[in-house]
Parts: sequence; C-alpha cells; structure tokens
Amino acid sequence: MSEPQTLVDKLWSTHEVVRRDDGTSLLWVDRHYVHEGSFHAFSQMKARGRTVAEPGLTFGVADHYVPTRGRDHAIANPEIAAMVRNLEANTTESHIALFGLRDPRQGIVHVVGPEQGLTLPGLLIVCGDSHTSTHGAFGAYAFGIGASEVAHVLMTQTLWQKRPKRMRISVDGTATVGVGAKDIALAIIAHVGADGAQGHAIEFGGSTIRTLSMEGRMTLCNMSIEAGGRCGMVAPDATTFGYLKGRPYAPEGDAYDRATEAWSALASDAEARFDREITLDGNVIAPIVTWGTTPDDALPIDARVPDPSREGDPVRAKYLRDALDYMAIAPGKKLTEIPIDRVFIGSCTNSRIEDLRAAAAILAGRVSKVPGLVSPGSSSVKRQAEGEGLDRIFRDAGLEWADSGCSMCVGINGDLVPSGERCASTTNRNFRGRQGPGARTHLMSPAMVAAAAVSGHLADVRPLLAGRKP
Amino acid sequence: MEKFVQLSAKACPLPFSNLNTDQILPARYLKWPRSKGLGTVLFQDLRFDADGNQKKDFPLNQLLWQSAKILVAGRNFGGGSSREAAVYALYDYGFRCVIAPSFGDIFAQNAVKNGLVTAVVSDADVADMAAAVSSNPERPVTIDLDRRTIVCGDRTYAFEIDPVSRNQLLNGWDDVDLTESYRDQIVRFSIEHRARQPWAVPARAGTQVS
Repeated sequence: MSEPQTLVDKLWSTHEVVRRDDGTSLLWVDRHYVHEGSFHAFSQMKARGRTVAEPGLTFGVADHYVPTRGRDHAIANPEIAAMVRNLEANTTESHIALFGLRDPRQGIVHVVGPEQGLTLPGLLIVCGDSHTSTHGAFGAYAFGIGASEVAHVLMTQTLWQKRPKRMRISVDGTATVGVGAKDIALAIIAHVGADGAQGHAIEFGGSTIRTLSMEGRMTLCNMSIEAGGRCGMVAPDATTFGYLKGRPYAPEGDAYDRATEAWSALASDAEARFDREITLDGNVIAPIVTWGTTPDDALPIDARVPDPSREGDPVRAKYLRDALDYMAIAPGKKLTEIPIDRVFIGSCTNSRIEDLRAAAAILAGRVSKVPGLVSPGSSSVKRQAEGEGLDRIFRDAGLEWADSGCSMCVGINGDLVPSGERCASTTNRNFRGRQGPGARTHLMSPAMVAAAAVSGHLADVRPLLAGRKP
Repeated sequence: MEKFVQLSAKACPLPFSNLNTDQILPARYLKWPRSKGLGTVLFQDLRFDADGNQKKDFPLNQLLWQSAKILVAGRNFGGGSSREAAVYALYDYGFRCVIAPSFGDIFAQNAVKNGLVTAVVSDADVADMAAAVSSNPERPVTIDLDRRTIVCGDRTYAFEIDPVSRNQLLNGWDDVDLTESYRDQIVRFSIEHRARQPWAVPARAGTQVS
C-alpha cells in the first residue's frame, strides 16, 4: 500500500515534471494570471528574445492601477494610464486573453479567476501577486511569485520549486452570529504569527471551515500569506462543485461530471502526516480587529490594545511602543474607544457579493458617521449588487459606490487614505503606509467595517445585528 | 546573474522586525522601470519624512552606513507583497546580503534570482551583530557563502540558507537556461497531463477585451 498523502502532496506530484537530485522540482503551471505589474516580466522575456509558451493558459486582468471613478473618461494620470495600456499591449502581442478596463468581466484578478470558472480544483495556479493563495479555496495549489518567476512561467509554463512543509490548521465548532471568515483568518494569524507559516503550505480543515461558503473560503485562503504561508487550501467538496457549475470557463455536461469525480479524490488521506498541526476552537472566536502595523496585531473587539510597560521582553515592548506610536493609540486603550476617519470596503480579501451583503445588512436604514468607499470585487459583482439594491443602501448611508479594482487596499490607482487618517478596512494589510503614506489601517470583516462606519469608532457588530438577518 | 562567493563590507543595523516589502519599496514606486533608479527610493518612507527631509534616527541615513553592502535586520524581513522590485531596490542601492532571523518566502525566492544573499541567523545573533556593527561601524563584516559563515566583530557566526539557493548564488545559475535543458520532458509532460486531466484546460478560448 502506498504511503498516505496530504492534499499538498497529491497536488504537488500531479504537477511534477522532473525532480533534480537536490530535491528541487520543475512544476507544470495550469493557470497563469497576469496584471499590470507584469511589465518587468514581459521585459525580461523580450530581452531574451523569447515568446509566451502557452498563451491559452495565461489570462490578463487589469486591476492594480485601474481607476474606480470616472471610467467614461480617459485616465488623467499619464503614468497610471501607461500601466494599463502596457498590459493591453503585452497581452495583445502575446495572444493572451485580457479582462481589460472596459471588459464587463473586469475586476480584481483573485475575484475574476474564480468567478469565471478559470480557477478549478486540482490546478496549479500562479500570479505575480502574493494573494494568489486565494485560489487555494478550490483545492488548487496556488501561490504568488515574483517578476523573475513570472518571466519563467511566461517562457516555459513551468516553475522550479522546493517542496514546502505541510501545515494543517483545523477549526472546529460553530461560529457565532456576526463572526465570519475574516475573523477566523485574523484569529489564525494572531495565533501562529505573521511569519508562523513561513516555509509551509497550509491546508485548512475542520467543521467551521467546511461550513464556510466558497467566498468565505477564499477570504480565509487569501489571508494565508499574512501568516507567512505562500499557499493555503481547502479540499474541494459539494460546496466547491456547486459554485463551479455553469461558470463560463468551467467544464460543462459530461466533462463537468468527470471532473467532479476526479476532484472528489482531492483530499488528504486519513492517516496522512503533517509537519505541523494547529487547532482552534471555532465556538469562541469573536469579531476581531487589528490595532497595530502587522496583521498578527489582532485582538477581539472587546479587548484593549497592549500596554508596552507591562511587556517583559524589551524587544517586544519596543515594537509595541513603535506600533502604537505610528497608530496614534494610547497604551491600554479600549479598542471600541478608537475613533475612525473613514472606511473602505473592497480588495481581493472582502469584496465579493456576500461581503457586500454582510456590510449592507448593517448599513441598511443607518447613516455612516464617516466618509467611505465601496469598491466591488468585479464588474460582475457590481452589477449583481446593483440588481439587489445594495448600491442604494451604501449610497443612502453616505458611502461612495465605485467601480472595481485593487483600489484603496494598495492605493496605486490613486485611491489613498490621507496621511494621519484612520481607516476601518476590509483589506489584508495594516502595514505602515499601505493605504497611503502616513495612513493608519485597522483590518476587520465587512460587517465590522459597517459597524465602525455607523458608530464612528471601532465597534462590535453583534448588537447592531439585533432583529436583522446577517 | 552575478555570482556571490565572499564579501567583506560595511554592515548597517536595521534591527526592526517585519520590514515588509511595502517598507522596503513603497507601492507608489512600483510603476517605475528599474532604469529609473529604484535604489534611490529604497526604504523611502523610513528614510525621509513627508517633506523629503532625512530622518536622523534611521541608521541608513548615517554617512558611514550609506556605503554598506550588508543589512542586519529583524525577523520576517521582506514579508508581504511579492514585488520583486523590493529586491531590485536593495540590490541597486548596493546591498548584496541581508542577515535576519527569518525572511518572507516570496522575497527569499526573488532575492536568489537576483544575486542577493538571505542569511538566516537566530534573534540573539542578530542582536549581537547589530550591537557589534553599531559600536564599530567601520569594521567590515565578512560573508562566506561557501562555508556559510559571517565574521562580525570578534566572532564567527554560522548562518543558514536553503542549499539550492546557495548553489545557485555560488554559481550564478540562470533558471531559464537550466529549464531549457529539460525541454523534451516538459513537452512530454504537458501532453500526458492534458490526457490525464482534460478539465485542466479552460473550457473555451479566452477573448481579448481591453
């Protein structure tokens, strides 16, 4: 009998072209997504006089630099316009399909790939973006790569990789009302640390994870990299197959039936061994927010921020002082007493229809005390939300309803949090200056951002849910 | 890629943890081509205030460390975004080696493709080396990649690096050339893979809309 295998092992071995004596494997890439940031890689390829090996397996999406307002006009900033144009030129020249700025399917690459049925179980998926881990939600082996690796994939459709260690994170129990995938993700990151999963591929399991929708699983896998794990995945099941049925690029008819049969085998064997096992109790996870400058600076909303004077380790105490100083928060302050200046709902982490519904459920009939921006994850999500009247709820609450892109998560399209302002955000990184130089970011779920908006300060969403459907 | 065997140079202490790639190279410079001089905006928001004045307490702003080729940094250096331009910025500024207790996985992989050594040592060793280079900034630190040692102050430290990365750096290997030698295997694999997993090919061809 063969050795029991983890899901990671199974995905690895079905993509291994060769393995060198030093243990490095050449892996076949099933899907390669490229965005505006791929210009370095296309330049490297052209400098070698090479062409794209498999244009049919490569898909372009304009997301990082696209404007979220005024799309009917030309892009005003010439450098940003050039980035979008450059992607169009590179993909056209290489016969790569592009979901460009004016395409009705345009959106954030990690929203569009799954939505279009391009992301499937069992695939090896790469993209020059660290949040490529998102696609692991389907039981795919998906990870972010740098420009040199993007160039290598363009030229060869393969990549040299060293097999990672395997980590299983199990969350069991029933999440309480008002607690979702983002809270679970932040609880995990706080537990393992921002570098805790370095060198590991993560498999998420347990009853709490199993009951998550595909969109929840995407939020969870998306945040794997914030725990240091280059990829995170959930074994595919009926939820996965149901999501994929009828998607434009997914298999149809008999091909779909044969595919789901094959995908059903994509699970870790019962006796499979992991290098590291972590378990969390899903019953006790509360809504979580970050207070500092790395995603593991995360605490339940009813907590107080740390007090460096009570920290015994001087290195840690210095870190806490610096982080609180940057965030302009007094030591030991209650999280719910921290006022905010604006909110942002969007990004590859939390911009899908369920995210927008969760935020709208809190905002309906209420008014935001601060300005804010809502950027749906794709143009398709935008149309769907408008069909459901969610845009009206956001607008009536005083928030701006915009087009789709990476927007205020990374700010390179010009959607910035002004210096010194504090933003409650559904994004993935609370790094210094991430949303703009001097910006202060608190990460949380869409429902918690809505709660902060109507309260004017960080707030527990649970009391605001009374009498409403979450 | 340039080979790396041994280096003796000044080392600058940056003993802060979580210096992620957003700190190494802020996102607003990602649209710059490398030729525009990414080294000039390395650690931009840590080195300069909003008005472009140097922040005096940032070590790299001290004249004697401006010619450093080695960084001594805290844990989780280069975590976060996959931007390879963060490595270009470090390299183009003049850095050839970063010493830290841990590195972001994607950063470490980007580093080796560009000839930048990521040397892993313990937290205690980083604290030690940061103290040594702070008290005697002029004294060079020596990195020996073949022997995996760092000579700093009066001590010799062992460091860890993935053996494959070490080999690649020592030899200045180029991945693409190496992959080329496996071309037949790749072609054979792609045909067999498509037969085994026909669903792995998109159900329809993509169309271009810009």
